[in-house]
Amino acid sequence: MAKSPETEHPNKAFGWAAKDKSGVLTPFHFSRRDNGDNDVTVKILYCGVCHTDLHTIKNDWGFSYYPVVPGHEIVGIATKVGKNVTKFREGDRVGVGVITGSCQSCESCNQDLENYCPQMSFTYNSIGSDGTKTYGGYSESIVVDQRFVLQFPEGLPSDSGAPLLCAGITVYSPMKYYGMTEPGKHLGVAGLGGLGHVAVKIGKAFGLKVTVISSSPSKEDEAINRLGADSFLVSSDPQKMKAAIGTMDYIIDTVSAVHALFPLLGLLKVNGKLVTLGLPEKPLELPIFPLVLGRKMVGGSDIGGMKETQEMLEFCAKHNITADIELIKMDEINTAMERLAKSDVRYRFVIDVANSLSPP
Amino acid sequence: MGKEAFGLAAKNNSGVLSPFHFSRRETGEKDVRFKVLFCGICHSDLHMIKNEWGISTYPLVPGHEIVGVVTEVGSKVTRFKTGDKVGVGCLVGSCGSCDSCTEGLENYCPKSIQTYGFKYYDDTITYGGYSDNMVCDEGFIIRMPDNLPLDAAAPLLCAGITVYSPLKYHGLDKPGMHIGVVGLGGLGHVAVKFAKAMSLKVTVISTSDSKRDEAINRLGADAFVVSRDQKQIKDAMRTLDGIINTVSATHSLLPLLGLLKPKGKLVMVGAPEKPLELPVMPLIFERKMVMGSMIGGIKETQEMVDMAGKHNITADIELISADYVNTAMERLEKADVRYRFVIDVANTLKPTP
Repeated sequence: MAKSPETEHPNKAFGWAAKDKSGVLTPFHFSRRDNGDNDVTVKILYCGVCHTDLHTIKNDWGFSYYPVVPGHEIVGIATKVGKNVTKFREGDRVGVGVITGSCQSCESCNQDLENYCPQMSFTYNSIGSDGTKTYGGYSESIVVDQRFVLQFPEGLPSDSGAPLLCAGITVYSPMKYYGMTEPGKHLGVAGLGGLGHVAVKIGKAFGLKVTVISSSPSKEDEAINRLGADSFLVSSDPQKMKAAIGTMDYIIDTVSAVHALFPLLGLLKVNGKLVTLGLPEKPLELPIFPLVLGRKMVGGSDIGGMKETQEMLEFCAKHNITADIELIKMDEINTAMERLAKSDVRYRFVIDVANSLSPP
Repeated sequence: MGKEAFGLAAKNNSGVLSPFHFSRRETGEKDVRFKVLFCGICHSDLHMIKNEWGISTYPLVPGHEIVGVVTEVGSKVTRFKTGDKVGVGCLVGSCGSCDSCTEGLENYCPKSIQTYGFKYYDDTITYGGYSDNMVCDEGFIIRMPDNLPLDAAAPLLCAGITVYSPLKYHGLDKPGMHIGVVGLGGLGHVAVKFAKAMSLKVTVISTSDSKRDEAINRLGADAFVVSRDQKQIKDAMRTLDGIINTVSATHSLLPLLGLLKPKGKLVMVGAPEKPLELPVMPLIFERKMVMGSMIGGIKETQEMVDMAGKHNITADIELISADYVNTAMERLEKADVRYRFVIDVANTLKPTP
């Protein structure tokens, strides 16, 4: 007989889960494995609310396995470490991001690119290395192989640092990989949400000129005065878009809805690079002429490997980069999801798990 | 004013080519004048004579795969002399001072002047190689290797550079790499030859099995995949470092992206008019890229032609007479050519009274 979530593992666990594609999250009893020799048990302090969590609870991508306990921007305290664990001790402040398993022996894994391992498993809604379903950070604690645990640098706050574990690495990794870090070059950031606002901060820390490209004129003041962007381009203003043609070396496109690539490609200089990070439900339309006429490129990227995630955290600590967050209680999560669906957040919700998640 | 010239021009967007008397400028101090021997027919010529891109002005004398023999050089010309075998490709001018020009990438200069249908510095319209003589600034003249037959070498000036440039720029030229070539036409067949000369493993990807034998036995490709065959695509998944995609019709990118290894590069050199569907998942989850490329700079065009000379690379051509050109265009539209028509200009393009 199949084991239930509560009896699958030896240790009782509690969190909030979506039970169906209505996406409504409610209290959920399940279980976690014992802390193995290579594992770290993390008491969760905070967990960021990523747009992926919303897509998954609503089964937007068609591969949700209910019940889903989301959450992959986890910061907490190590309460147990297995006997083979060398990098962490009890009491350390640690982070867990988007992935918690990989084969650890393929070409990608050997290059510290666990995120491209064909057997990579996600922190939630995935089948882990032990063959059981993974449950994420909207819960009291989590048990993770040490390879997938990160040291949280001193000086990086736990609450506003949590979103870096997904949003941060998702923009940092492609900026490094595609060479978008040359000081003085011009970066466009399309979309000013969870990913976009972190991209602005990281772009400025690399010494780039940063222009935010957004369909909401209301975000201009924030973008320039609070986030430090150099300029703001309203994508629905044809004249302003025309004047900006051929001015950008790179564009980080964080927009997850279906949107037009043509105007963004026009903003790039010859040899310009556009990296798309959002996951729209349908394919995008790719006009080929701008690519051919200007030797331009469209690429994608997906989080990052563990080594570069650690590097990104150190970089953010050094440059005082954190996310702009709205701290919420666990029982406010459904309202937060509704607001997130309308992009009504500056710019990431973070759940104060330790102080508001109480099992009945 | 200027020197007499005779050629074939389209007079309107029916695209029918007919005899056309015109004049070319006198040989300026930096110009090289040459008698045209051969001119390749590029698919772009067909798009332009029918005004499919909306930028054509008539009368239009096409042709940008032009080879011939120098008859006169201007007083400041240093690199060429009468009797030299030369060629001209897609460009005859650029600004000379922008970032692209400074890097030897005149093809990306916003003020680049194409060999036909564009306004030149003297306000005249440029006329291409379907004509008896050609005059061009020394900076845009290519020296043709002595050992290559000029008729079969002419298509290198557009088709050759169009596939050579991205193989080099995107690092797809390292021996042992595995590349795919989509579409086996003018561009595709030359891509196979250059890739083999670079010691790459080559898979040709085509919509039908009919070209398999040619691809493998004549052109030297290592493998052939029919893109509409699910099993063949599946067996070839994640095997290619890069793909040179020469197809200009609307088509699906998804199976092509699947053939790439993670971090692989899909290079578009064909330019479909309508946007294509871009599945985003392969880019995001496998860090694959889609990029474009357009001909090449003059320096790299010379480099490409020199490599062709060294490895005996020429196009597979069907030599035609000037009066066959309209039939050739009809056949080209149906992709009925192995793999480039070349007009035997010197022997068959005779001025009508």
